[in-house]
Amino acid sequence: MSGKILVYIDQFHGAALPASWEVLSAAYTLAEKLGNSVAALALGKDAKAVADQTFQYGPEEVYYCDDPSLVDYRAEPYTAVIVKAAKDLNATVLLFPTTTRGRELAAMCAIDLGGGVMPDVTAVDVEGGKVVASRPVYAGKLVAKTVCETQPAILTTRVRAFKKPQGDASRSGTPVRLEAVMPESEIRSKVAGYAQAEGGVSLTDANVIVSGGRGVANNPALTPPAGMDDKQAEIWRAQQGFKLVGDLAGVLGGAVGASRAAVDAGYIPYAHQVGQTGKIVSPDLYIACGISGAIQHQAGMRSSKVIVAINKDADAPIFKLARYGVVGDLYAILPSLTEAFRKRLGK
Amino acid sequence: MNIVVCIKQVPDSAAKVVVDGGQVTWGDAPLVMNPWDEYAIEAALMLQEATGGEVTAISVGGESAKEALKTALAMGCGQAILISDPRLEGADSQAVARVLATAIQKTGGVELAAFGKQAIDGDMGVTGAQTARFLGWPMLSLVSSVQAGGAGIQVERTIEEGRQQVESKLPAAISVSKDIGEPRYPSFMGIRKASRAAIPVWTLDDLGISAAASAVRWPEVVNPPAREVKTEMISGDGPQDIAEKLAEKILDEKVL
Repeated sequence: MSGKILVYIDQFHGAALPASWEVLSAAYTLAEKLGNSVAALALGKDAKAVADQTFQYGPEEVYYCDDPSLVDYRAEPYTAVIVKAAKDLNATVLLFPTTTRGRELAAMCAIDLGGGVMPDVTAVDVEGGKVVASRPVYAGKLVAKTVCETQPAILTTRVRAFKKPQGDASRSGTPVRLEAVMPESEIRSKVAGYAQAEGGVSLTDANVIVSGGRGVANNPALTPPAGMDDKQAEIWRAQQGFKLVGDLAGVLGGAVGASRAAVDAGYIPYAHQVGQTGKIVSPDLYIACGISGAIQHQAGMRSSKVIVAINKDADAPIFKLARYGVVGDLYAILPSLTEAFRKRLGK
Repeated sequence: MNIVVCIKQVPDSAAKVVVDGGQVTWGDAPLVMNPWDEYAIEAALMLQEATGGEVTAISVGGESAKEALKTALAMGCGQAILISDPRLEGADSQAVARVLATAIQKTGGVELAAFGKQAIDGDMGVTGAQTARFLGWPMLSLVSSVQAGGAGIQVERTIEEGRQQVESKLPAAISVSKDIGEPRYPSFMGIRKASRAAIPVWTLDDLGISAAASAVRWPEVVNPPAREVKTEMISGDGPQDIAEKLAEKILDEKVL
């Protein structure tokens, strides 16, 4: 089959997202089975630098478009460029990383190209010439096998589900410049400002996540400052607990997560929530502290490689998922564990 | 501002969903409004309070989805419409988006379409963007705040890297993130009103469209492979001893 597999390299402010390289792995799997070649496409300010870098990860061709109308990400002008490239290249498959941008671009390209969209896939294959993919559904409680009946097949790949290809700095090429498709006058939205997220490692990219649940507030030995009511005192206690969670995450170079119960109780902002209505994560190491393991939390972290649970309650369901468990008080264990890693990792 | 909120009925998030004999089942867990859609309704009602106009909830589904629409009415939506047609059985996201776009046009005078982040059953998260694309409206996904002003709206979007402020002309489509704030509870008066409401049902014929073939099929849904894990409980002589042992075990896993 002639045609190309087109991979969208997601970037932000000139830096490619690591998840973009992972997408190339899925592309190579499909390319081999379909007899296609792989082309990549980067859009936005300084997209040429991203395109140059992309050659390291092995695609045959790389395209880019750096136009004033693409400096700030907006779905419509980005979609227009991708759709035109997909048509010009006779793309059989379009692949995006599952990011906010990737998901919505995939959705829109599917409408313009009359293809089927399969978001957030964890495995890809070809059967009878058709692209098939595994997709976790019901927050990973089930897995759906999905088949795309039309061409192109449009997929987004779950972050960390595919292995990043080995980069080779000696591989290089000349990226091909594309023109923007939508004139600014036709674009109906405008980006007025941007505020960067407060530091820390992003949950979905993290190798290590240390999470806290309701149990982090459970330290009666601490005396809150005078003048707090019960709720304020509870939140104050929880924040002391999350400090310990954060210390361990810091030593391990990881991110801080939380259960829905901890978020709903006001202990920590929603951005940290892991679970069905929060982030779905699959780090190499997940340490759950004071988290009982409600089904909707498990849905968000059960594909983590090594799970460690620290909980006072020996019957907490989280222990069923855990490789290592400690029944004990996280207020006593966490500082010692942080110290033990600090020593061993030379930090 | 006249707003349509597109909602879906799904099994409750606490449901234990399994495949039994090839069928997806969730025991006696209730069917509820998709939790993400409650935030879309909250955003729509806040806008309506600020600008006037009408909020209409639309759902594609079976007769049972009227219950989710009644929740929307009880929360404060002025109207609800169910789109139900046996020809939509097995429809993919695109087919549903086409139906929603047509229904939004038929509703008339709609300036904003609001969606939840994704439905917690299929976890697709594409219907809003696809509906916007059919309508030719700008899509602003994952908004954490939205205000009307001038000829359009100003939103703040939550993206991976931070928060982006975007202005858009109307009509437009948004999907709403949890950061918008807690959705309101249905009021007593709202529940009474909703229980008496007659919810119109539109078919594909009412919309004047035919059933589109689905581009994506789900021939098989399975239980995920069991997590084969042997749990090793770490105990010891006090927290320090336990921590030392646990740190060694974790380092032996070579994940750091």
